[in-house]
Amino acid sequence: MDSQERILLKVEGLKKYFPVRRGFFQRTAAHIKAVDGVDFAIAEGKSVGLVGESGCGKSTVARVILKLLEPDAGRIVYKGRDITPLSPKEMKPLRKEMQIVFQDPFSSLNPRMTVGQSIEEGLRILGLSKNRRQGRRDELLEMVGLSAMTADRYPHEFSGGQRQRVGVARALSVESSLIICDEPISALDVSIQAQIINLLKDLQDRLDLSYLFISHDLNVVGYLSDTVAVMYLGHVVEYARADTLFEDPRHPYTRVLLSAVPSVEADLTSKIKTLKGEVPSPMDPPPGCKFQGRCPLVEPRCKQGEIDFSRVGEDHLVRCWKAT
Amino acid sequence: MTNGPLILEAPLAPKQTRLEELWRLFKQNRLAIIGLFIFVLFFITAILGAVLTSGRDPLFDPALIRLQEKLLPPLSRPHVDALPPQEVPTFGRYLFGTDDLGRDVFSRMLQGAWVSLTVGFVAVGISVMVGIFMGGIAGYFGEHHLRWNHILGVTLLLAATVMGAMGNVWTSLGLLMAGGLCLSLFRLVKPYRKLRFTTAWLFKNAVSVDTLIMRMVDIMLCFPSFFLILTVVALLPASMYNIMIVIGLTSWMGTTRFVRAEFLSLREQDFVTAARALGIGNFRIIFRHMMPNAIAPVLVSSTIGIATAILTEAGLSFLGFGVPPPHATWGNILSGGKGFIFDAPWLTFIPGIAILIVVLCFNLFGEGLRDAMNPKLRER
Amino acid sequence: MEEAYAPPHKDTLLLVEDLRVHFRGHDHVARAVDGVSFDVHTGETVCLVGESGCGKTVTALAILGLVPIPPGVIASGKIRLRDTNLLTLTEEGLQDIRGNQISMVFQEPLTALNPVFTIGDQIMEAIQVHEKVSENERRRRCIGLLTDVGIPSPEARLKDYPHQLSGGQRQRVMVAMALACHPALIIADEPTTALDVTVQAQILNLMKSIQHASAMSVLYITHDLGVVSTVADRVYVMYAGLIVEQGTRDQVFQHPRHPYTRGLLASLPSRSKRGKRLYSIPGSVPNPAFKPKGCPFHPRCSAAIAECAVDFPGMCDYGHGHLSRCPPVYSRERQE
Repeated sequence: MDSQERILLKVEGLKKYFPVRRGFFQRTAAHIKAVDGVDFAIAEGKSVGLVGESGCGKSTVARVILKLLEPDAGRIVYKGRDITPLSPKEMKPLRKEMQIVFQDPFSSLNPRMTVGQSIEEGLRILGLSKNRRQGRRDELLEMVGLSAMTADRYPHEFSGGQRQRVGVARALSVESSLIICDEPISALDVSIQAQIINLLKDLQDRLDLSYLFISHDLNVVGYLSDTVAVMYLGHVVEYARADTLFEDPRHPYTRVLLSAVPSVEADLTSKIKTLKGEVPSPMDPPPGCKFQGRCPLVEPRCKQGEIDFSRVGEDHLVRCWKAT
Repeated sequence: MTNGPLILEAPLAPKQTRLEELWRLFKQNRLAIIGLFIFVLFFITAILGAVLTSGRDPLFDPALIRLQEKLLPPLSRPHVDALPPQEVPTFGRYLFGTDDLGRDVFSRMLQGAWVSLTVGFVAVGISVMVGIFMGGIAGYFGEHHLRWNHILGVTLLLAATVMGAMGNVWTSLGLLMAGGLCLSLFRLVKPYRKLRFTTAWLFKNAVSVDTLIMRMVDIMLCFPSFFLILTVVALLPASMYNIMIVIGLTSWMGTTRFVRAEFLSLREQDFVTAARALGIGNFRIIFRHMMPNAIAPVLVSSTIGIATAILTEAGLSFLGFGVPPPHATWGNILSGGKGFIFDAPWLTFIPGIAILIVVLCFNLFGEGLRDAMNPKLRER
Repeated sequence: MEEAYAPPHKDTLLLVEDLRVHFRGHDHVARAVDGVSFDVHTGETVCLVGESGCGKTVTALAILGLVPIPPGVIASGKIRLRDTNLLTLTEEGLQDIRGNQISMVFQEPLTALNPVFTIGDQIMEAIQVHEKVSENERRRRCIGLLTDVGIPSPEARLKDYPHQLSGGQRQRVMVAMALACHPALIIADEPTTALDVTVQAQILNLMKSIQHASAMSVLYITHDLGVVSTVADRVYVMYAGLIVEQGTRDQVFQHPRHPYTRGLLASLPSRSKRGKRLYSIPGSVPNPAFKPKGCPFHPRCSAAIAECAVDFPGMCDYGHGHLSRCPPVYSRERQE
């Protein structure tokens, strides 16, 4: 969306449906529309936050971008090249440039490998010699704030925050320019979260990394991201610069989400806005606006036909009739 | 504690490898320790036995027949004056007595120990290898589908092998070609639209890899395996190696199920996704990343599997389908002794008790290992 | 200026004094709770805040007599509910208290509900254990409870199994079960951690309105400072098995006195801190078996002085019920 900046990754109309098989013959009975229309763009050296509640499809987006899952529709354009039709073999050189940091620091590291070995797996892809690998491994460990002496330790000897650092080091081991952070701090202790956030921020400044920052925590996204995409039930409902979004949210869902996040800074007397009901099943989302069942502003036209983005300001897109 | 602005303190937990922890937990189980002790003793005995009972002039000769010394009880002295000096047993006594042909039971037990050990280990080795391979493929590639042309091709190739084995070289070569053609058919017809249309049914998905392998397991489990082994052994020439292979090939199903289940859960773990995201190849992921995590329960079940294999071999030998004489095994010593159970009970009791002890110790050891690996116990 | 905090009713419902719970490992003793004292007045919401491993959940389990013994040991302390010391009660006595006077809401509603019974059965059982009432009366109360916690069409929901409900509705059912016998105190152990923010807001509002309606006390255990600031009347901050700071919500959030509380508040990311580097507490939470000498926080404290490694500070009064384990002398030195 930023014309003066160089776009690293652009996602257009991304869709991913999972078949639900039922019965003796395993016929496809329905589809879970996990991702149903996601568009955003990440500029070089910038961060995009992808916010949404659990089950809105944000983690699936991460896996589709990395082509660990094949998209059903839409385009993923990386550095001007459409990577959607690439075969696994053709993807291989690109894998070095896109990496992922996971939420759960306990399952993200192989328990039978030392942390050094885990990091070296990436360096092996680059084809470095054994000596160069070890040198680079130590460098990476120190870059993420661990001592190089820890390379021969196993993951179970580390705390959650330290493991998360190893996960970051592994993501950096190849020539990454885009790192997808899938809830990287939500499993960590409060006092450790700030350490990891600072680490990610420092590395971005130092290595000119781009982040796709997936989180349910608006406080974190508001702190880290330049642009924010809010997801609801598989698609992006609002897309704007972080400051615009927080000061002038247009979609009713974004407004509720912003007021529901408990924050120590919030005016303590302000009443939390609550929504009625819960997120409908992604198996049969309502026709028309997907938020209609819970929306306080709902009117008849919301129930007919897909709603497209409308532009409400510079770099500010909203999927709502009432936004303009 | 900090050495630098960014560097954190050393890992929290004191350095203790998984093996050390496993040993600490294993040590608490006294029966398992006894099992391990006997296991080691048995291992040493069997290897010593193999060395001492083979060669041109062995220290203990299990095949030496001394008809005048038959059915002597354990610890009895030989009639030295009636024997040529090279036929006198090594310790000057028959430690376990002699059998109906005057052969030294101690020597025969030593030789039998080696048979039991190799049969146990090789048979389980074969079954574990087949099991890990099948389970790994079913767990990792399970959702891939085989097309009809794959199935046709593989059937033709198998037919080719059978024909080849029967000496029918030309038919075999023809079938081989047809099979290969079938497998690569898709690539061949790809450029021709019309041909592609008429052969389309061949490229329909027939069955998923997982279904194929797991149904094979189910079918194998339907056979009463001991009688399956009896049948196969009756058809094949009797030899120790055939026994091992047959026992191995009829006992891989448990391992397959284990490994498949482990792989299914491991495949969803983030570290495997991370490995795929790094662009690491499938085989490296399977063998370097997933297998070490899946192998522990397999090892536990294989210690118990060894005990079962030893029992099966003893049973086969007892029935006369096992390792052919004159080679001694515990099973055929037992079988030979059954005719003299009232005159020479040691011929029955010595191999019987040996089998009992070894099988028991393997089971105790295996169960101790499983308890030590059980994560619920580890938390305590 | 701070105002003195005046609870709605000044009578103490629950009093915990110098509670110590230790866990025996194979070669060490983990001092999970190491001298915790606090009180809960009637009708107020008290929050125990702390990171994982600080002993907050063990404290809650100790109140209900649910600490597994062994390996756990209650080394010392008193837990007084009105006039009964819960630690001296027999198992039967405790069962009488549990659910009836104190009930608990757990973090993970899916595992806390039994999957093979309908939710109606489970709520009715909670009533039946403590009160002898007729089947019809039980049913009526059960429907009433489900209505109270905001579950639509409760008559139909009675026959549902836990897996048929969404996460938020399951947590509502848990609250209904906790309310079944009109307890004087509800212990809520991270009740919204597993839920989404919008659902969390619903549950927090629900608990607030129930509390207003029935003058019940809530002991709220969480690690989320944002949640604390929306629900708490008074706050106890725990670190390494100890309470390091206590006070009203405004005292603790506006004028934190302990460096740990300050660090935690400063390290929270928010939009207003954009572009600035976040403050982060270095290191990680100490292992409860190997706690540092002196003040347990001193290795991570940016303002630690030599005495901190030796002295074990007691609670220091900052006025109006605001206490902190960091003496004012030190704080003054730090400000210079």
